[in-house]
Amino acid sequence: MSAVAVTPAGCAGEDNGGDGDALVTVDDLAVHFPITSGIVLRHTVGAVRAVDGVSLTVKRGETLGLVGESGCGKSTTGRAILQLIRPTRGRVLYEGTDLAHLRGRALRRQRRRMQMIFQDPYASLNSRMTVGDIVGEPLLVHRLRDRAGRHERVRELLQTVGINPNTQNRYPHEFSGGQRQRIGIARALAVEPNFIVCDEPISALDVSIRAQIINLLQALQREFGLTYLFIAHDLSVVRHISDRVAVMYLGRVVELAANAGLYGEPLHPYTQALLSAVPIPDPEAEERRRAVVLQGDVPSPADPPPGCHFHTRCPAMRKGLCDREDPALREARPGHSVACHLVTESDYPRIRAGEDDLAEVAG
Amino acid sequence: MTGSFAAGGPPDTGAPPDRPGAGDGGYSAADEAMARAAAAGWSPDAIQIEHRSTWQDVWQRFRRDKFAVVGAVLILLLIAMAVFAPWIAPHDPTMQYEDGITMQGQPVGPSAKFLLGTDPLGRDLLSRIIYGARVSLVIGVLANGFALVLGVVFGLAAGYFRGGTETFLMRATDVMMAFPIYLFAIALVSVLKPSIWILILVIGIVYWTPMTRVIHGEVLSIREKEFVDAARLTGCSNARVLFRHILPHLVAVVIVYTSLGIATTILFESTLSYIGLGVQPPTPSWGQMISEGQSYYLSAPHLVIYPGLAIMITVLAFNLVGDGLRDAFDPQQRRR
Repeated sequence: MSAVAVTPAGCAGEDNGGDGDALVTVDDLAVHFPITSGIVLRHTVGAVRAVDGVSLTVKRGETLGLVGESGCGKSTTGRAILQLIRPTRGRVLYEGTDLAHLRGRALRRQRRRMQMIFQDPYASLNSRMTVGDIVGEPLLVHRLRDRAGRHERVRELLQTVGINPNTQNRYPHEFSGGQRQRIGIARALAVEPNFIVCDEPISALDVSIRAQIINLLQALQREFGLTYLFIAHDLSVVRHISDRVAVMYLGRVVELAANAGLYGEPLHPYTQALLSAVPIPDPEAEERRRAVVLQGDVPSPADPPPGCHFHTRCPAMRKGLCDREDPALREARPGHSVACHLVTESDYPRIRAGEDDLAEVAG
Repeated sequence: MTGSFAAGGPPDTGAPPDRPGAGDGGYSAADEAMARAAAAGWSPDAIQIEHRSTWQDVWQRFRRDKFAVVGAVLILLLIAMAVFAPWIAPHDPTMQYEDGITMQGQPVGPSAKFLLGTDPLGRDLLSRIIYGARVSLVIGVLANGFALVLGVVFGLAAGYFRGGTETFLMRATDVMMAFPIYLFAIALVSVLKPSIWILILVIGIVYWTPMTRVIHGEVLSIREKEFVDAARLTGCSNARVLFRHILPHLVAVVIVYTSLGIATTILFESTLSYIGLGVQPPTPSWGQMISEGQSYYLSAPHLVIYPGLAIMITVLAFNLVGDGLRDAFDPQQRRR
């Protein structure tokens, strides 16, 4: 594991280009799930475009937050990056190696470098294996230690995540949700990875334990120089832990910026609506807060609208442009990329116009 | 099968002890620094961990089910009967006794010498029933084991690899299930000279389908669990994922279906033997004994009644144990 200077939160993302410090580069990633019909003669009648052209880079040592509402494809993106789901299209470069084309043994070797922390700590641990076997399995599979060495390393790992190392012979059902999540983290750390996808690691946990797990993740990042892709739907958590944030809507990244940029000046109308829905922990400010309520539902990913995926619900939609042409994700401000036709160099569509009624803005 | 449970049983302490509190780990750590401090403060001997495995849980629940325990005892008795047949049986099962038959050539009823009477050839019925347990149990266990191996292998492959493998195996299963199994078995046996081994083979070929379906369904749900993703992510090969991560979760279902399947298999053997395609004389088999005795059912009903009872008790015992195991493996029943 190389020593890495960790960028403090909020200061990263000044330069967006320069592949020199990119650890993971995702290029036009798409995951389509076929919709089939027929029992004997099965044929494909369509596809759910869970992820439809995602491009992003995760820089060495940073935490990239990935937010969006349920079903927008953020988890699928994380899984496709790790090749748990094979992408339909696109490339995933890890230090220059395209993972999407690796198979079998070569892929398994690469997996030493990247791990995942799962959402549901009750489903992600094999209930028939002891904690020691669970955490030690990666070492065994990659033949990293002998038996005694494994035992020692498992103790060390459990201690690192704050689990009593004497509980090695116990089974997962004997632990609480937070403890199970710690065990999952220990398993991910076993192979000394550089890159960890955290797939909503705290969503399934009790509110009182969430902070502990977040703090543990941050401490581990400092200690081991880890790079995180942090998937969540909780904007305040993402703001707390991330250096940069990517916002997804219906299978695409609509905005990607440093923490300060995104939360300070959200350019994309969807991001603005999303942020306006975050409660403010101050009664007076909360009183004045006006949430933008978007009309309608998220369109089906099996049949996404043409042009900008958001145009069906966008208060600032411009006919003839937004419903025709796909907006590309481009750098509109330094280090601040957005996929919206209406963002210009000096201006952007403001849909949260003070106390004004939404209808006025839209009209 | 029952043996492993008996062996896995814990020293009995009556009521199950309360599960040890799980709060000795990460709870106390408010942040990383505290976690470290706590970690440093742990001493290896301070915490005694009472450990109870899945098997112990299952055994605890199983032994509370009276019917299942009765079934298990019956099965143990049957096994003992089969194994020690030469010592238990009062007579040689193939020996034709001159005083075992009346002047009119009729079988004699129960008497002091022949406790359950004799068959039309003057052989001792009790001894034949005792020896018949050998055939029933051997076929029940081996034929079922064969069906089980086929079912597990096909079910695992179909459920895990999906795609063409799945389509082929599961459609083949459908075809097999659509076949009238008795006709199929009868055709097979008549082509391949009947013997115990052919019988085992045939029953295995006929009965792998339900097992394949059950396993396939189970694998489909297990493979979507996150721990399978986690295993693949740690770098496990397909074989390791299948045998280390998926197979252990099938143990419960396999054991339950096997114990229920043995009953069906024993019945199937009796049926085939009854129509003369099963175990060949002079080896005694319960189904074949009923078949031979049926033409005497008015004058010597014991020829049909006692082998019938033997089949009934055996099938019942396996069904009771199967039901008991199904309940015992169900985690919902944990707090019963």
